Amino acid sequence: MTLASLTIQLLNGLASSSALFLVAAGLTLIFGVTRIVNFAHGSLYMLGAYLAYSIGATFAALLGPGPFAFWGGALLAALCVAAIGALIEALLLKRLYDAPELLQLTATFGVVLIVRDAVLALWGPEDLLGPRAPGLSGTLQILDRAVPQYDLFLIFVGPLVLIALTWLITRTRFGVVVRAASENRTLTSALGIDQGKLYTAVFALGAFLAGLAGALQLPREPANLGMDLATVADAFVVTVVGGLGSIPGAFLAALLIGFAKALCIALGTVTVGDFTFAFPKLTLVAEFVVMAIVLALRPHGLLGTSPAMSPTTPLPEHRAIVVAPTRRDRRVAIAVFVVFALLPFVNDDYALVLAIDVLIATLFAASLQFLTGTGGMTSFGHAAYFGVGSYAAALAIKHGVPFAGALALAPLAAFVAALVFGWFCVRLAGVYLAMLTLAFAQIVWSIAFQWDSVTGGSNGIVGVWPGEWFADRRSFFALTLVTVGVAYAAIVAIANGPFGHALRGARDSPLRAAAIGIDVRNRQWQGFMLAGAFAGVAGALFAFSKGSISPETLAIPRSIDVLVMVLLGGLNALFGPLIGAAAFTWLQDTLARVTEYWRAFVGAGILILVLAFPQGLGALGRRLRRR
Amino acid sequence: MSAVLEVIDLSKAFDGVQAVRNVSFSVPAGELIALIGPNGAGKTTCFNLINGQLVPDAGVVRLDGKRIDGLPPRQIAHKGVSRTFQVAATFASMTVRENVELALLAHARRDGVLFERRPAAWHDRADALLARTGIGALANIHCATLAYSDVKRVELALALANEPALLLMDEPTAGMAHSMRSELMRLAVDLARGDRLAVLFTEHDMDVVFGFADRVIVLDRGSIIAEGTPDAVRANAQVQAVYLGPDEGA
Repeated sequence: MTLASLTIQLLNGLASSSALFLVAAGLTLIFGVTRIVNFAHGSLYMLGAYLAYSIGATFAALLGPGPFAFWGGALLAALCVAAIGALIEALLLKRLYDAPELLQLTATFGVVLIVRDAVLALWGPEDLLGPRAPGLSGTLQILDRAVPQYDLFLIFVGPLVLIALTWLITRTRFGVVVRAASENRTLTSALGIDQGKLYTAVFALGAFLAGLAGALQLPREPANLGMDLATVADAFVVTVVGGLGSIPGAFLAALLIGFAKALCIALGTVTVGDFTFAFPKLTLVAEFVVMAIVLALRPHGLLGTSPAMSPTTPLPEHRAIVVAPTRRDRRVAIAVFVVFALLPFVNDDYALVLAIDVLIATLFAASLQFLTGTGGMTSFGHAAYFGVGSYAAALAIKHGVPFAGALALAPLAAFVAALVFGWFCVRLAGVYLAMLTLAFAQIVWSIAFQWDSVTGGSNGIVGVWPGEWFADRRSFFALTLVTVGVAYAAIVAIANGPFGHALRGARDSPLRAAAIGIDVRNRQWQGFMLAGAFAGVAGALFAFSKGSISPETLAIPRSIDVLVMVLLGGLNALFGPLIGAAAFTWLQDTLARVTEYWRAFVGAGILILVLAFPQGLGALGRRLRRR
Repeated sequence: MSAVLEVIDLSKAFDGVQAVRNVSFSVPAGELIALIGPNGAGKTTCFNLINGQLVPDAGVVRLDGKRIDGLPPRQIAHKGVSRTFQVAATFASMTVRENVELALLAHARRDGVLFERRPAAWHDRADALLARTGIGALANIHCATLAYSDVKRVELALALANEPALLLMDEPTAGMAHSMRSELMRLAVDLARGDRLAVLFTEHDMDVVFGFADRVIVLDRGSIIAEGTPDAVRANAQVQAVYLGPDEGA
């Protein structure tokens, strides 16, 4: 590493952190006022890039290429994204401000799915590289190296936006209202401020920043369909590191992470003794390390303040009262098991494949229900543990471990992953925790995607077949049924045993739990590990049932799928995971055979469910029971 | 008689506001001590400093002669300090009996056990505590649906499950009908006299304070301005000026 290469990489890192800051600033601004974490923020960024591509191209065709086509296109794209943001706020989020957090997050994920398919339909699957910025397409010589002028321009955009936002927040009437609303929403509305307009305006501003970031990124990075989740995960890391709600914090965090990544690239491949470290491949790990260090020292981020612990026990309507399983439930469970066990005699291969999918999804959903329902910890990255389990099993088989050993290794690997990530997650609560789970899942995905030599990269690992005993589909079905049945029963028993009881206590009232001597954080951590281990079992079964795995196995959409299953079935319902998994798997299977855009349909389904039952599906059950 | 709780020169400030300033007092076994004062006097902060929810800036808290300041709430609970909260905190999704069972499990350090074969073993002990606090009839009701005055009594049952040496009650009778207040306080007296508990409570109802406390400590703006028997405190001119008003003192 030379001084020159380090400098160049630092400049490069600074340029990247500008875009990241713009996205994170919008996210944090929206959260500060509306208390909604906008999952679709990465989608708005992606829309900014695609729109800038098309608008810029249209302008260039009409008026000839030039500064106006580029800059005008970028600005107009950002304004369009702001309008789309305002529309999302007015049509969707406005109805959800009083809904439980989990539902709000899920709703914005519905938007992610719809935007993704809309972009696919409008622009197609190919990456689209935009034109160079007119006037900034050359390079500058710095320490004998060529640095793109455009990068230098981007480096100034971040601080400029920071100054503009700071001015807006501290010097204008709009800013006063925004600050007041961030402090105390109830009071602000009592003072006669039109909250509806304020929320829409703030959301539009946040969307504008995301759209602008996407548009400005176009000359550096082609518009592509993976931008949305990659960006939102990065932005989550930045906001959590900077402190949720703090714009200067987001700026600092974006710089810090940009620098850390640049440093990794600049270090290049280093050989120490017999070991060779390819640092450029570790950029995501660097992000994780920065986050880990900051959160270990300052759990609420660089400039975040710790939210005051509520002295009251929250009694939200949506938190369904939990009833221990009865004898009747046990009989129903046995009946369901028997029905499944009879399935191989029907002699319908397709039904058997679908049933295996349903069983695996059931266990996966049950593990998340344990974490989110019993433990009260919302995870938007539960697929990480599913995926770690499936990769561990697949890698074990590939390295000659016998089938039983591979199957046993999966929960262990997932347990260890949950041990590491959970340590950080349980230090946070609510949306902070959810954002962190997503960030971790994205990191695991990136490792699976980038570490070609071990994970097979985007191709994944093929030829993952169970041992000869279970080579036949029927015997594999039997193995799946027994494993899932036993694991499900274990989860229910734990949830209703002393440990589950303590976990539920920590969820209901951490204050009271600590006051009676429960080690809240440790119990939650252990709960995290258990949920991870059970997800790992499901992941291993998945790998063997498909015979191959790819990074998609642990991608964010899978995390959301399982969350939707849990919500569908009910957060605290005994048979919720089974019902949710069966309904979702069947629906997905049916839709996928009809349309290429089935994800958009799933997204629309989520929105309809959330809008129809803003207090959660549990409320529906209660309403039916009351009748 | 040696004190169960000793508080020496306790201080705590929030963002420059001195919430508690050089407060010292002690609570012996078998006595009920009332901590009173106007809103914002520092009563709840004192409680939070004693049970570990807050870490003091300065000062010492001793339980049975051993320092407990700076320990986390769960450890202080295991050492024998139970508390109720000003705004009652219970486990809303559980029944009253499950609430108490969990407190018993935590006290026995069995709340980390994954599988328990006979959870019924805890039933009887929980029911005994419910009977003692007068809510035996509510055992199978979920806390989310209870009346507030009943939730306060569940809190007391939770506190007792810990077999405490010191019981901290933050406004135990707030939101209760008058007859129920006396009933609850008589129970507190029973616990102090019968089980030799040290009881420290805050209260806004002066009938309760002067009717049941053995001694009264008056806080104002973070400092103790008077301490003594109920009669002595009632007659104190400074207390009348800042808190009671002349009518109450008369």
